[in-house]
Amino acid sequence: MTAATPARGPGPVPTPAGAAAGARSVLVVGAGPAGLAAARAARERGASVVLLDASDATGGQYWRHLPDSRPSANERVLHHGWSTYRSLHEELERDPGCETVLGAQVWAIERADAPGTAAPVAVHVLVGPPDGSRRVGRTFRPDALVLAIGAHDRTLPFPGWDLPGVFTAGAAQAFAKGERVALGERVVVAGAGPFLLPVAASVAATGAKVLGVYEAGRVKGLVRGWLPKPWQLIGAAKKGGELAGYVGTHLRHRIPYVTGRAVIAAHGTDRVEAVTIASVDADWAPIPGTERRVETDSVCVSHGFTPRLELPIAAGCDLTADRFVRVDEGQQTSVPGVYAAGEITGIGGVDAALAEGEIAGHVASGGSARDTDLAEAIGARRTFTGFAARIEAAHGIRRGWTGWLEDDTIVCRCEEVPYGRLRETREATCGSGLRSMKLTTRAGLGICQGRVCGRTVEELLGGAASDPAASAPAASAPAASGPAASVTTDRRPIASPLRIGELAAGPDLTRSSTTSNVQKGHP
Amino acid sequence: MAARIVPAKRDPIRPAPANPIVISIDGDPVAGIEGQTIAGVVLASGRLAWRRTSVDGRPRGLFCGIGVCFDCIVTVNGERDVRACQRRAGDGDVVSSQHDELPEAAR
Repeated sequence: MTAATPARGPGPVPTPAGAAAGARSVLVVGAGPAGLAAARAARERGASVVLLDASDATGGQYWRHLPDSRPSANERVLHHGWSTYRSLHEELERDPGCETVLGAQVWAIERADAPGTAAPVAVHVLVGPPDGSRRVGRTFRPDALVLAIGAHDRTLPFPGWDLPGVFTAGAAQAFAKGERVALGERVVVAGAGPFLLPVAASVAATGAKVLGVYEAGRVKGLVRGWLPKPWQLIGAAKKGGELAGYVGTHLRHRIPYVTGRAVIAAHGTDRVEAVTIASVDADWAPIPGTERRVETDSVCVSHGFTPRLELPIAAGCDLTADRFVRVDEGQQTSVPGVYAAGEITGIGGVDAALAEGEIAGHVASGGSARDTDLAEAIGARRTFTGFAARIEAAHGIRRGWTGWLEDDTIVCRCEEVPYGRLRETREATCGSGLRSMKLTTRAGLGICQGRVCGRTVEELLGGAASDPAASAPAASAPAASGPAASVTTDRRPIASPLRIGELAAGPDLTRSSTTSNVQKGHP
Repeated sequence: MAARIVPAKRDPIRPAPANPIVISIDGDPVAGIEGQTIAGVVLASGRLAWRRTSVDGRPRGLFCGIGVCFDCIVTVNGERDVRACQRRAGDGDVVSSQHDELPEAAR
């Protein structure tokens, strides 16, 4: 049991020492590009800011870096926009009006539904080492909440993807940049999307050999999307510069970049030893007779991203038809006082995230999206959010991928549910009800809370994948407007696993929001 | 054919000398660097898998690397289900791998 601490339990956001008394309180969740930009913009307007991140460093996945205990002379060579990060980080670090709380895991958001409630939500947090049993609970009831929690890799299952040595592309990058660990010596990078390029560059910068980058999208789609001259197509010189940098890296390291190919199987007994790479058609269906076996010790595969939606859903935020958080011109969600920025509003990359974060922080602290000092950010957002649509057009998951599944391919890694069981269940029940099929098969019910397989299971058990007429990318699951349909796997009332003891010691979620409201207030 | 830490002499970031740590993994002492995650230390020691699944007894190690998938969970100093990719290794940490049998009724 944890001893009671003054910080636990109901109460306002503690005002950081440097903020003016009575200042508007803004809680920012996520200290990646969007969250850092939001915190700075809110501070510029005089708000009292608390910035949370589950990690023990700011920067998010994009600027994942070595810990302070491992200083180096030239870490910037591993990053794009490193000086932007350092200035954001240092400015907030020396600002007494911004309290940065690291190791802060938000595990629940409580809606304040009562009429007249001033704080839009109560945010319950555990602070301490990841998965530690003695973390300290804190609850925040800010005037405004900015969610900037990002997205994680989505990797589609394929035979052998559960073998050790098969990783998400994000893992390869996180360990290259955050640990200087190479996950293998002969590395295959595969999946879909422009993110594969920086991953391959990061892997190459560890000294490992990247055997190739295998992109499932076909050339035609890519040309329509953003290759070969992305800077012209998207009218964004900066993004073009970044991609050009990756292309340069590929040329220097002679990394083949091949489109219309997919890793359709990994082979090995207790670890990956080889993969089968096949040509895929425009629908991502593998083309028989094109299979080629490649010996490898490390396979890094990602087919896109899944936005982290459990917190916005818990806050009551509407989603868009393609399942991102719906925001208005000021980045406010459908819930007054709750804002969203970065990848949870669309996969737009770092520049979109920085612009959205700045707008969200500015408006959350009482400004307007029409204020002239936001003009640059509004323009940048317009430029860079177009990128998201282009990525989806060129790289979005196509339904033909199920053609590489075998009946014994594990789909849910936690509960070890094979594809055959999902298929049989769907056929036996005529595809009725995601919830009951999940309970029958146990798919998506494991410790990762369906984060890895959730959308895949939805598609395999019905939903978009069972609709043969639909030609839209399979990733565009059925429209969910209103507080996300309860049947989706994105809903997680307990947003992160916690220990029973921590739950017992933590804030009482059964307390009514009216009570919460009474206890809210600023000195 | 295994994961490895980038040798300091060949690393373009020109790292400063690192502080060594030692942790124990299933009783074996393993050397690491202060600031590495437990997964980083374990991987760099040449171990690619450190958990057995409950149903099929299959080996698992790192997968997502960013705290999402929980494949890499270990017991640290007696505390179960700690994500090795998220927890920094502390000098002297006692790490043991996990293999949780299913209860009889669930088989």
